[in-house]
Amino acid sequence: MSDLIEIRWHGRGGQGAKTASLLLADAAFNTGKYIQGFPEYGPERMGAPITAYNRISDKPITIHSNIYEPNYVVVVDDSLLESVDVTAGLKKEGAIVINSTKDAEEIKKYLKGYEGEIYKIDARKISIEALGKYFPNTPMLAAIVKVSKVMTDEEFLDDMKGSFKHKFAKKPEVIDGNMKALELALSSVEKI
Amino acid sequence: MSIRERLSGNEAAAIAMKQINPDVVAAFPITPSTEIPQYFSTFVNNGEVNTEFVAVESEHSAMAATIGAEAAGSRAMTATSANGLSLMWEMIYIASSLRLPIVMSLVNRAVSGPLNIHNDHSDAMGVRDAGWVMLFSENNQEAYDNLVMAHRIAEHKDVKLPLMVCQDGFITSHSIENIELIEDDKVKAFVGEYNPEQYLLNKENPIAVGPLDLQGYLFEHKTQQAEAMKNAKKVILEVAEEFEKMTGRKYSFFEEYKMEDADIAIVCMNSTAGTTKFVVDNLREKGVKAGLLKLRVFRPFPAEEIAKALENVKAVAVLDKSDSLNAAGGALFEDITSAMYVNKKQVPMVNYVYGIGGRDTKSDDIESVYNDLAEIVKTGEIDNPYRYLGLRK
Repeated sequence: MSDLIEIRWHGRGGQGAKTASLLLADAAFNTGKYIQGFPEYGPERMGAPITAYNRISDKPITIHSNIYEPNYVVVVDDSLLESVDVTAGLKKEGAIVINSTKDAEEIKKYLKGYEGEIYKIDARKISIEALGKYFPNTPMLAAIVKVSKVMTDEEFLDDMKGSFKHKFAKKPEVIDGNMKALELALSSVEKI
Repeated sequence: MSIRERLSGNEAAAIAMKQINPDVVAAFPITPSTEIPQYFSTFVNNGEVNTEFVAVESEHSAMAATIGAEAAGSRAMTATSANGLSLMWEMIYIASSLRLPIVMSLVNRAVSGPLNIHNDHSDAMGVRDAGWVMLFSENNQEAYDNLVMAHRIAEHKDVKLPLMVCQDGFITSHSIENIELIEDDKVKAFVGEYNPEQYLLNKENPIAVGPLDLQGYLFEHKTQQAEAMKNAKKVILEVAEEFEKMTGRKYSFFEEYKMEDADIAIVCMNSTAGTTKFVVDNLREKGVKAGLLKLRVFRPFPAEEIAKALENVKAVAVLDKSDSLNAAGGALFEDITSAMYVNKKQVPMVNYVYGIGGRDTKSDDIESVYNDLAEIVKTGEIDNPYRYLGLRK
């Protein structure tokens, strides 16, 4: 892992991209890293494109700007591919992870010849199967951990179990479903 | 052992307030500082503090309530941003002239209009002559540490002035980052009890607060405020020294980052200083002797110390996150050029107004400033000292 990993999230308001970026920051923090997790605040409303960011490093992080040349990009909603330049500044040594059921050729059409690795995952299918509802951020969180290797799968699952126990203290029945969503996502990220 | 945590800047400020456990908090919500009273009111509700929380109907009332509480002899805090501070304006001056050591968390945001909720320093710059001690914070850690030190400075018998701790709205207030917290009992012991010499609810020694003060006395009272501000310099350093013994974290009027042998330097405040450190590190790897002076204490203004710190550089850029709209330059630039002139230091200086209304300041922007400085050193020419950084063409 290089000194500083920068991740940019693209989602739509209400899909939990901001929450996912904060959960990733939490998980990386719990493995001893220095972290930043922050959304780009705009006139947020349900369905509008939103951006969130993570920095993860072994050293203290001082930079306080948005991220323009990320190592990784996560696209939580593939309808954004048409309207947002998701690969802008994305390093070619890095990767992009997209929640989509589209085939490889169709996805690549939107990525302006991006030379790095491209991954896709069907977060809707996983979420419906594990949780019975569509919460794309949980599978996407697992997907970016898998692709970026900011921590091992085991470290990640252990940590998330702890977080979910805390977060869902009043509705423990959803913990298993969320853990299942993470596990399914870890094993179904597909390179295209 | 300190406590390793990850918190947003607003969470860090609220936790500091919880550990300080003031007698009174009066606040009215305004973006981006809303979370501070929001988190704090949860602590009140859960019985984690003994504070009387006053949910007022406006920021003017928030400041009036903290003034009343402090005058009565209790320790009072508040938090606000931008137009909230504007609405406090009248009471801001009354707080300092009554010598009430209120502590405020100011989460910096552009003052309207047009309406903008994002960060710049126009709110803080608007009250720079109001007689408040003003501390600026690069990140969540400094916002927290400055609050822990705040009452010791403000309440000191040689100071007795209100104090505001500034941090950048959204950029640090809403970013989750690592932080080292101090244990509750240590903060409690460090901050100590508040025992004012004189206060309204002291029936043994009744006093009047805020009477008429006309031609015969106001001038003298204002010079006492000015003296108190000068005294604050000594107290700020003493408190910082004691804080360093407790935490190992060193604070002064400003931080000098790679300044020992710097040829070119940037002066700025709050989160931009962090981005500048990142750029300085990169430039140093390329052999460029770049440095940073990050100002922490803006009021009192450490004029002599700044002049000394900058005397050996070959060119300086001062970054102002607020435009003074005076056809001459930003507030920080004017203070620093004046400090240099009065202390007979002749160093080429240039001003950049930047980051207005939340315009993101990229590392490339900061690097371009150092490139400009290198050019100034080479040619010795500054055609226009009052410039903009990151302005769309």
